[in-house]
Amino acid sequence: MTAVDLGLRLHLALAAAGVLVALAAAPERRARWAGSLAATAAAAGLVTGLAAMAGTEGRLTLSTALPLAPLTLAPDRLGGLFMAIAGGVGLLAALFGIGYAHGPSSSATSWAAFVAFLPSVQLVPAAADVVSFLLVWEAMAITSTVLLLADHEHRPQVLSATRWYAVMTHLGFLALLAGFAVLVAESGGTTLDELARAVESHRQQGGRYHGALALLTIGFAAKAGLVPLHVWLPRAHPEAPSHVSAVMSGAMAGTGIYGLVLIAVRLMPEPPQWWALALVALGIASALYGILQASVATDVKRLLGYSTTENSGLMAIALGLAVLLRADGETGPADVALVACLMLAVSHAAFKTTLFLGAGSVVHATGERDLDRLGGLLPRMPWTATAFALGGLGAAALPVTAGFVSEWVLLQAIIHGARGEGRVVAVVMPLALAAVALTAGLALLTMVKAVGVAFLARGRSEAVATAREAPAPMVTAMLAGAGVLVLLGVAAGPLAVAVAGTVDARGILATSTAGLHLAAVDAGLEPVRLTGGVLVLTALVAGPAILLERRRPRRRTTLPWGCGGVRTSPRMEYTATSYAEPLVRVFGDALRPTRDVAVTRTDRAWFVVREVRFHQQLEDVVEQALYRPLQAVLNRTAELARGVQNGSIHRYLTYSLAALIAVLAAVSR
Amino acid sequence: MIAWLSAVAAVTVQLVVMVAAAPLVVGLARQSRAWVEGRAGAGVLQPWRDLRKLLLKEPVQAEGTRLQVAAPVVLLATSLMVCAQVPLVGTVSLPGLPGDLFVVVSVLLVGTVALAVLGLDSGTAFGGMGSSRHMTIAALVEPTVLVAVFAVSIPAGSSALSQIMNERLAAPSTIASPASLMAVVALGIAVLAETGRLPVDNPATHLELTMVHEAMVLESSGRDLAWVELGSWLRLAALVGLVGNLLVPWGQATTASPGALLVGILTLLAKLALSAVVLGAAEVFLAKVRLFRVPELLAGSFALAFLAVTTSYLVT
Repeated sequence: MTAVDLGLRLHLALAAAGVLVALAAAPERRARWAGSLAATAAAAGLVTGLAAMAGTEGRLTLSTALPLAPLTLAPDRLGGLFMAIAGGVGLLAALFGIGYAHGPSSSATSWAAFVAFLPSVQLVPAAADVVSFLLVWEAMAITSTVLLLADHEHRPQVLSATRWYAVMTHLGFLALLAGFAVLVAESGGTTLDELARAVESHRQQGGRYHGALALLTIGFAAKAGLVPLHVWLPRAHPEAPSHVSAVMSGAMAGTGIYGLVLIAVRLMPEPPQWWALALVALGIASALYGILQASVATDVKRLLGYSTTENSGLMAIALGLAVLLRADGETGPADVALVACLMLAVSHAAFKTTLFLGAGSVVHATGERDLDRLGGLLPRMPWTATAFALGGLGAAALPVTAGFVSEWVLLQAIIHGARGEGRVVAVVMPLALAAVALTAGLALLTMVKAVGVAFLARGRSEAVATAREAPAPMVTAMLAGAGVLVLLGVAAGPLAVAVAGTVDARGILATSTAGLHLAAVDAGLEPVRLTGGVLVLTALVAGPAILLERRRPRRRTTLPWGCGGVRTSPRMEYTATSYAEPLVRVFGDALRPTRDVAVTRTDRAWFVVREVRFHQQLEDVVEQALYRPLQAVLNRTAELARGVQNGSIHRYLTYSLAALIAVLAAVSR
Repeated sequence: MIAWLSAVAAVTVQLVVMVAAAPLVVGLARQSRAWVEGRAGAGVLQPWRDLRKLLLKEPVQAEGTRLQVAAPVVLLATSLMVCAQVPLVGTVSLPGLPGDLFVVVSVLLVGTVALAVLGLDSGTAFGGMGSSRHMTIAALVEPTVLVAVFAVSIPAGSSALSQIMNERLAAPSTIASPASLMAVVALGIAVLAETGRLPVDNPATHLELTMVHEAMVLESSGRDLAWVELGSWLRLAALVGLVGNLLVPWGQATTASPGALLVGILTLLAKLALSAVVLGAAEVFLAKVRLFRVPELLAGSFALAFLAVTTSYLVT
């Protein structure tokens, strides 16, 4: 029995125990017991994933009474990577949930659903046949829907968000089901290996293969939150409890990316060029649209939800480029791009978990998600602020975090990829680079806004004044997430080598100082030495600064400058809305803000203004343009269909007679 | 060991030269502007006198600020890191730490973020306004910078700065190629925007509503302000020096020998002085553009950089 064999069984057993405990335990002990079991199960999944990543084989076979091949869970190396990601995210989220879950989100149902949600996210990458894949996938959808519904009694928008989520996720499921059904019908088997073999031999047949590819891509893109299938993300993430949003964004969106990578490397190696181009186009649209919406969002969790779309877009770009480059015979840069995609997935999981947990901690302390009403939390919640700021650094792809390293690898793949003869590549590469660069720039602004407005300056509402630092389990979870983010950024080489091993990418080497050397494109990055250099220089600056501070400790504190010393009220501060105002103007055509300015004048003179009210609303443009008309058509069709059934028994008897005649006519022919 | 020591020595020399020269670059730019305008000017040494004055003054801090001490130190440290990584005096880089252009850009961005955070931390309308504008410009400059970097890195086949410089020294014809010229012009516009020069930001403004850089540092004073100013000047000098070296790579020390370093220092100073005079004189004829016209300028520079990349692929 290998470590993976054991880990899979232990993982399932612990999760099952967790569900039972969540349902049976007394309310005051529920969070601690169920949360601990969930965390342990997630840790078991993390270890199992790491073992599978290292190449350990192992399987868990479950026979069913149905006339099907037995359900098989057997993670390969790639599956192990995503299992480990989901395990790590789940571990932190469960730990955080122990301190965080309260009210409706700590009910027996919620905890049971949470404990069941974590293993379903982790076992998607472990599934080795189509039936178990779809079963676990659906379990993931259902449990997360239950979790999302937790607070539906108090907030009406939860119901609307859940409806969007349930519809989108099940449409995605249907697409997957149809896509897999085509492949299964072609191959006659249900295991992923059999499908891959059948695809290999049926490649030339065209039609069905391309159709299945398109359907699977739609299903996975919906889960990853790529535009235009992203509409559920900015609705579901703010309404879900924060530890659930962390798993949904950090790990569940990753299963969509896992599906896309699975197609490209295992299920249908050498996918056609249209698929790669479509992926790059989807990725560019998602990255730009996601970050643009995130940069103007004021709800911190909505902001993070859009940022998930952005990051999924970056991963799709990397994967699409990898396929394009491989088709062109540029295997070196193609491997680098593929590794970049997986490293982006790892770093996204790390920083997005940290950020969502940090946002949860802020909500826990203040009850506010609106950045315009936060501020000045740094002295009140120093640990949350530290973790959130580090997460922000990661999301903005700044050194020294995993976010920076993975984006650097992506940039190297792009600039070295365009050396071949292919004209398509020569046009796509600069476009991709420009999109990645603009995304990076806007991500920087978004994260400065989120961190700066929430934690610096003065509080903008009453709720902030009484905020207190989160309890120990929550702080531990947040800081652990931030620590992993920085650690993976410093140990760039080992991370890249481990990730490269899961997809057999060649030419990715680690140097003796944990640096990264991309032998395939001859480029190197040394985060340890870079950090060392910066630390030496910081010491050079900080030394004299501290010396001066000792020598002349006097610092005068006085009123801030506002064309003269002013006693600034928090209402005079820049808010998140005003921070993004220049961007809203610059990208006005893409964002289409609706603005409402009402000026009330005094009765005495028209030029004396008593009050100015400003209201700005930013809707999701894709939703307005694409989904609203679709909904309208659906509603109209439903209205028409209603006319068919008017409740009259006579009409129904007529229908039956007509049906009978039709059947007889069809049979007799 | 000897190679290691001499490389460290070369980088140290470059750092010292840059710290000494950066305020003089700003002083010379201001002075040349004064000459063209027919004023006497404060003299080239004025920035150094300002620094000394600021270091000796008692810092005054606004109520409720937290990062007024830390953010300037971070800004200065990142500026020094940029000076250590960019080939200015010579192409000798720190052992095992090649000056990768993408890394240099990221380190610069850390400094940009430190400044923006400083502005937000002051909690005043002006600080937030400057920070917001600063980050908007930084976000829009980013595509130009990276695509220009891409274009510049194509002939060398690497984004490592020392390799790019060596390639330019070995094959001077690539410098005058249309692709390279367009890329350097685009990079130049990006540098002007990033360092807060005209026509994007007016470094001499006294009107808060038009400020970008100055608005963020309104609450800084004394040595905090000294670190911010020195850090910003170092960024300007390093980036101007980089563009100068990309256009005229000759004179850079390719080894760490004292003679080569001396030649490198002298040519660097000459390039910096010339750039400063041109910058100062040119700014007389430029007006600051409206903030919402800046994206048009940056879109133009982005188009240049993009053309540079595509021509170097499609026209070879």
